[in-house]
Amino acid sequence: MDEQDTQILSGQILDETMEITLVQLCQSCAVQAETIEAMMEQGILEPSGRRGRHWCFPYASVRRTSVALRLQEDLGVNLAGAALALELLERIDKLNARLRAIGPERT
Amino acid sequence: MEYKDYYKIMGVARDATQDEIKRAYRKLARKYHPDVSEEADAEAHFKEVGEAYEVLKDPEKRAAYDQLGAQWQAGQEFKPPPDWDEGFEFRGGGYTGAGGEAFSDFFETLFGQGFARGGAGAGAAFRMRGEDRRAKVLIDLEDSYQGATRKISLHVPELTGDGHVRTRERNLSVRIPRGIRQGQQIRLAGQGGSGLGGGEAGDLYLEVEFREHPLYRVDGSDIYLDLPVAPWEAALGAAVKVPTPSGIVDLKIPAESNQGRKLRLKKRGIPGKDAGDMYVVLQITLPPAHSEDAKALYQRMKEQLGFDPRARLGVS
Repeated sequence: MDEQDTQILSGQILDETMEITLVQLCQSCAVQAETIEAMMEQGILEPSGRRGRHWCFPYASVRRTSVALRLQEDLGVNLAGAALALELLERIDKLNARLRAIGPERT
Repeated sequence: MEYKDYYKIMGVARDATQDEIKRAYRKLARKYHPDVSEEADAEAHFKEVGEAYEVLKDPEKRAAYDQLGAQWQAGQEFKPPPDWDEGFEFRGGGYTGAGGEAFSDFFETLFGQGFARGGAGAGAAFRMRGEDRRAKVLIDLEDSYQGATRKISLHVPELTGDGHVRTRERNLSVRIPRGIRQGQQIRLAGQGGSGLGGGEAGDLYLEVEFREHPLYRVDGSDIYLDLPVAPWEAALGAAVKVPTPSGIVDLKIPAESNQGRKLRLKKRGIPGKDAGDMYVVLQITLPPAHSEDAKALYQRMKEQLGFDPRARLGVS
């Protein structure tokens, strides 16, 4: 069953300078605010400021939150373990990016 | 429908203990987890392992699966015997932790009804916003320089009327904005999962990834090109033509350039408000010494230049 959308969709780029509120973050990742708080305690998430009474986060937090949730759910690690895995994964990403920039023939 | 050998997928014997199955699952889950793994087809493997564990971890499902018999081969055409699940009761439905993703037809036929019976909240009258969905989109570096329209195809899990989960293919055309970088996300409002009870639809997030380019390497908003140069171009300086994703440019190679020297082409990286730079990395390429003339030239260099490339190593 194929559904062909002929219309061309335009989206919005979410770049590093964009922020998301606590409510939006909870909604996007389908979690309670307590989960976000627990992730802040582990240093997985860091708020970038406040909008009114509410915390704001950098947009990359959506990805961090969903990866941390998946790692917990699928691999049975606790929040501290997920935090460590996230940090190591980011380090690997950076190293891979650097390797790519140097080029295949000199790695 | 193909028979699936869950024991083989899990790499355990048919008489493995529940503990052994759990250990095997944890190991495979770490190996193939899409967020962690660098294996090809990690996601497909991960789903397969998840499905196998879904059955083998549950003693009731495992017993039901076992009584199909050990004579089946993986991939063999399979039809469940009539009333094969008589006397088994699958409590609480499956799909724990599986995030609603569709399992194989094989799984659906055997255990799908259990899900429908124990399914939570089917038809309940409440309003809920649809879930946000995420997908990757592969683009070419040139797409980021010029902007482009890309067709993407998504596999959307869907609950059918009789409680089965089926995957539906959905094709979208998406505008790729100029200046997009590796790893950035594009949000398409209202293109995620549909809401329940009249709730609004969720959003679709596309994570952009660049296809490997034959010439250029990308680092953030900067790009790199290896430029082969002759030894005399590097030594004496030269003006050469260089390809860039936005067209050919003239580049001046300064005299006395050495191997690996980086020359910057300002703002020739990925375009945008903070446009990146392009770096041209010189790769000195030696002319072959096949002919007598070439050999004579190398011989003259050897005699007249008095050059010791290993002076710094203290082995002269």
